[in-house]
Amino acid sequence: MEKPNLAYVDKLANGDESVRKMLIDVIKTEFPEEKEDYYNSLKNNDCKKTEENVHRLKHKISILGLEKSYKIANEFEHNLRELNLDKVEDFEKILIVISAYLKTI
Amino acid sequence: MNCIIVDDEKMARVIIKTLCDKIDYLKVVDEFSNAMDAIKFLNSNEIDLIFLDIHMPGFNGLDFIKTLKNPPKIILTTSDPQFAIEAFEYDFIVDYLLKPIELPRFEKAIKKAQKYESTRVSEKESGSKKADLEVENDFYVNIDRRLIKIDLPSIYLVEAKGDYIHIKTEEKNYIVHSTLKKIEEKLPDSLFLKVHRSYIINLKKIIDIEDNSVLIKRDVIPVSRSNRPELMKRLNLL
Repeated sequence: MEKPNLAYVDKLANGDESVRKMLIDVIKTEFPEEKEDYYNSLKNNDCKKTEENVHRLKHKISILGLEKSYKIANEFEHNLRELNLDKVEDFEKILIVISAYLKTI
Repeated sequence: MNCIIVDDEKMARVIIKTLCDKIDYLKVVDEFSNAMDAIKFLNSNEIDLIFLDIHMPGFNGLDFIKTLKNPPKIILTTSDPQFAIEAFEYDFIVDYLLKPIELPRFEKAIKKAQKYESTRVSEKESGSKKADLEVENDFYVNIDRRLIKIDLPSIYLVEAKGDYIHIKTEEKNYIVHSTLKKIEEKLPDSLFLKVHRSYIINLKKIIDIEDNSVLIKRDVIPVSRSNRPELMKRLNLL
């Protein structure tokens, strides 16, 4: 599976360490909250909410340079619109990879 | 150029703020995590540009656009370009940016906004300015001798009952002595549709549709056979 990276964050920060830190801090704070919201929506079988949660998480996935995972998230989001849970396992794998990565930065 | 950022996701707001900071003449005056707070701000503040996320829970970016009476320039930010297409019917939307936003593309969008501004000023000076697309955001109803303001986008259903109409909104329900025909004239076509001789619905609030009915909130509303084709036409079907 592809690995997350900070290429986008570094490009945006353009050498400014305080900006880099701020961006990373926001990801590290917001991602676990969004992940929790996602699992709660999933548990409640609320496809609409789950779709919204996936949509927000999708942005983080793209920020972390996970292009293939982004496509999976996109498909999953569209499936949820049709009340279909196909790709749920693949999506969860992405969340696990990101969670592990965020502990290292 | 004074601007605000409207996006439910903090990371997105921080990124746009970071990009704005790289451009001298752009000043982020405020940022909002929901459209309603931004509307309140715009009621008493004048700004030049809005960075607007389309896909927000509840009251989304497109609903927000429809409430603006004197809209400033808007740059849409989105992960799904198909959502941006609908918004391009408004001439004050100068560009849309796909997330994650890169600096060169951001700069290009800002240049478009500047160009739009200078075109608008010159049109105004030459007296050829087009009428702004104005969408009424609210109306007043007379209930027990009081005029009560109702925000149009918050209405999800209007039901005719004898000499009265029931107006159901996100916050409250109102019973008004009026007719469905009268209220139909006040409601924007872009948002509302009469689906039955006794019902007008807000298209944005539909949860699902079965053969001859729509589910809005907890109300199952009948759709008459003659109105069904128009309803289907107005839906953003995949």
